[in-house]
Amino acid sequence: MVEVLAARKQQVLEKGKDVFNIECEKPSTAGSVSQRACVFCGSRVVLYPIADAVHLIHGPIGCAAYTWELRGSLSSGPELHRLSFSTDIREHEVIYGGEKKLYAALKELIGAYKPNAAFVYCTCIIGLIGDDVEAVCAKVEKEVGIPVIPVHSEGFKGTKKDGYKAACEAAFKLVGKDDITPVSKTSINILGEFNLAGETWIIKDYYKRMGVEVTACITGDGRVAEIGRAHRAKLNVVQCSGSMTYLAKMMEEKYGIPYIRVSYFGIEDMSKALYDVAEYFKDETILHNTQELVKSEVNALLPKLTEYRKDLEGKKAGVYVGGSFKAFSMVKALRHLGMETVVVGSQTGSPEDYEYLKEITNEGTIILDDTNPLELSGFILEKGADLLIGGVKERPIAYKMGIGFCDHNHERKEALAGYEGMLNFAREVHTSVTSPVWKYSPARIKAAEAAQAAEAAQAAEAAQAAEAAQAAEAAQAAEAARAGKEILV
Amino acid sequence: MLLRHTPKEISERKALTINPAKTCQPVGAMYAALGIHRCLPHSHGSQGCCAYHRSALTRHYAEPIMASTSSFTEGASVFGGQSNMLESIQNIFALYDPDIIAVNTTCLSEVIGDDLKQIINRAMGDNKIPPGKTVMYASTPSFKGSHVTGYANMLSAIVQNFAVATGTRNDAITILPSFIEPSDMSEIKHIAEEMGIKYIMYPDTSDVVNAPMDGKFHMYPKGGTTKELIRQSGDSRRAIALGRVGVFPAAQLLDTKCKVKTDILDLPIGITATDTFVDTLRKIAGVTVPESINDERGRLVDVLCDKAQYVYGKKVSLMGDPDTLFGLAQFCKDAGMQVLHVVTGTPAGAKWDRRVKELLGDGTIVKSGAQADLFYLHQLMQNDKPDLLFGNTYCKYIARDMDIPLIRTAFPIYDRMGHSYFPITGYRGGLHLLIKVLDAFMDRQDRDAPEEKFELVM
Ligand code: SF4
Ligand code: SF4
Repeated sequence: MVEVLAARKQQVLEKGKDVFNIECEKPSTAGSVSQRACVFCGSRVVLYPIADAVHLIHGPIGCAAYTWELRGSLSSGPELHRLSFSTDIREHEVIYGGEKKLYAALKELIGAYKPNAAFVYCTCIIGLIGDDVEAVCAKVEKEVGIPVIPVHSEGFKGTKKDGYKAACEAAFKLVGKDDITPVSKTSINILGEFNLAGETWIIKDYYKRMGVEVTACITGDGRVAEIGRAHRAKLNVVQCSGSMTYLAKMMEEKYGIPYIRVSYFGIEDMSKALYDVAEYFKDETILHNTQELVKSEVNALLPKLTEYRKDLEGKKAGVYVGGSFKAFSMVKALRHLGMETVVVGSQTGSPEDYEYLKEITNEGTIILDDTNPLELSGFILEKGADLLIGGVKERPIAYKMGIGFCDHNHERKEALAGYEGMLNFAREVHTSVTSPVWKYSPARIKAAEAAQAAEAAQAAEAAQAAEAAQAAEAAQAAEAARAGKEILV
Repeated sequence: MLLRHTPKEISERKALTINPAKTCQPVGAMYAALGIHRCLPHSHGSQGCCAYHRSALTRHYAEPIMASTSSFTEGASVFGGQSNMLESIQNIFALYDPDIIAVNTTCLSEVIGDDLKQIINRAMGDNKIPPGKTVMYASTPSFKGSHVTGYANMLSAIVQNFAVATGTRNDAITILPSFIEPSDMSEIKHIAEEMGIKYIMYPDTSDVVNAPMDGKFHMYPKGGTTKELIRQSGDSRRAIALGRVGVFPAAQLLDTKCKVKTDILDLPIGITATDTFVDTLRKIAGVTVPESINDERGRLVDVLCDKAQYVYGKKVSLMGDPDTLFGLAQFCKDAGMQVLHVVTGTPAGAKWDRRVKELLGDGTIVKSGAQADLFYLHQLMQNDKPDLLFGNTYCKYIARDMDIPLIRTAFPIYDRMGHSYFPITGYRGGLHLLIKVLDAFMDRQDRDAPEEKFELVM
């Protein structure tokens, strides 16, 4: 059994064996090689795709450098979000405060780039030195006439999840700014889809074919003006692990817009996401369009999946992703490929999430919260996975162990949402798992040799058994013959 | 186009950094610590920093990069990180069993003023550090310096903690390299070995961040300099520092602490600097340069002669880390290329600026430190367009915008392989670098040649 830190014992369970509820939503144990990021990271993830705003990181250089262009987010128009702006706080400001520098930076930036809004991310140090970022932003906003929004994302104030919340609060300040542009009666907002590899475009196309208008995607391929009129859409559709559930709740409270939670990954979840919207509008045409869309997409997809399934049937997978909603979809999607999930975990799951994971996985599956490489690699080995689904820090671990890998976090270059996404996913998994390179992996060679030896042993045993049976038969025959002879004689 | 935003006119910026040409201290400290055998880097601060630093190194090397974190919460930021650190030490030794924990501070722990020396002493007093194991630290707040100074700080902390002068000299030469790739570390060892010299080199990240695949995940790959060797470096007959910004504090410390006399050289990039390195080794060790090394040199010179006309007079811009930049500048000069710009976000100091200027002459614009970012570099290049750019992955946007080739030689490189497997130092590294430059120009010539001038032999 893999060794788990004492303090983490309640964060790992084996389905069917352990009966406790997973402990989660707590900071990583001090001293662990945690895979988790900070509040700032969460905020940055959510707001970053707003492409016509500037994103100024108020803090020392690292925070800006490490979030510059490392998470894709495609834009169909402006690309301001892809530049990295930082106040590059130095010792001087740590001692005397950074407000002056922030003010000057904002003015320079807005003057030079004429953005439609500006976000100012506060990092750890700003929280500590106590800059009045609100006041600076308010002052600049007044002077330049665009929204200048502070994001309270000091890293130490919690986990990535708290960053989502801070980002939602910031985004909420844009909602309601545009009250004139008309919005359709059957319109929705998509919340929590970030257009990493063009997913937003796929999903928007589905809704368009259904006859539903997408007023705003917050924040994939996002624009300040779209978010400004989002309050007038009729329904909020919250994607994935709910990084933006908080925004949906605020919009429900203030503007009376209900929300539903969906996942765009995998066949069932994608279809359900579309049907849920269709049913909400109780509109015959939309419902009909949806049925047609799902039918044609699934019919086109299934035969192609069968091709991949042939090679993948019976293979095993480990899943370690950021959000738990994604983990649910992965377990189901892998099942379509004939694969079993033997290890599954997330960085930010809630107790209900882990309960649900227990429901949908097989006996013996390892379920874990906020794991570390030693643990993860141990479980992968123990359960004999052929594939790991994870993010940037997991990739080389999988390769070192000689197993396939699929990036389902922010580094993915293939759109994995929707029916097209399912096909991309199947192709990627197939490519990785069946790649010939694994045959050079010493671990694989050893495993293959062991299997071969076992097979040979089995064959030998069978041969022996057959021989014994033959001998017995011959003896019997001889006996019979003798008996016959005797009779004959 | 992403960078159409960059205006040509250069105006004075005071407060804003756009597209940084540096990262923060802890990354460099982590990298240095990885070059010590069975050493686990530990980040004293919130999870976020550590996650980012590990991601950065993971992407750059495409290797599993291990580092633990004190996982600060709001409580720690108010009451100090002592209890987190003590708990970390206990957990790390219990689970990961390293020989050394190399702690780097972050902005946060620096500002709240955690006294790591006292915390480590306390851990020792509480018997939280198993016998034979070490917990050490370097101060690496990122509102100062860059990843290069972080590397320098960790390297001097390593000297401080492990190098001991017993009074009896050994015959080894200690080599302290600046922030370079594992392939370059190997190349430097190769030269010393070819010359039959007894040496101790640290840090040494070869076989750590370019480890072979053997079907297993190793928390501690086989490479890295052992604690014992570093201890002996205090008795070494002499030391050579390769690079200045990334090594100077450590070299100085080895000298004052252990009285090991140190020669401070530039990184052996290109013919001139490698000659100096080889010659210094020769003199100190009293050996003659073996034929094999002369042959390596001869090959580099031969190729340079064969193809000098393709590089001679070409204009280049350089971006990266100060020690490597100085080497590259020297390399370009050796090859007859004209360096237009040299930019590094690392505050390398006025002395560095001056040395580069002295080497390249007044025609070259040299800038380091604040606002020496990629935005500025792009502006410079728009005003005086080079034929080639050396820099990190982020320079690809500039290269694309200017439609010129980019040779990736700096940190970080996220989109190409090779830098951790093939050196740019030494004569062999010089040859490799030269071939890259030649390929860039010749590919370009082929691409741009009109039909009638597209020929087989170039
Ligand atoms: S700049 Fe400071 S706070 Fe930011 S990532 Fe680096 S160490 Fe952490
Ligand atoms: S934890 Fe704080 S300092 Fe570190 S990356 Fe996050 S915001 Fe920056």
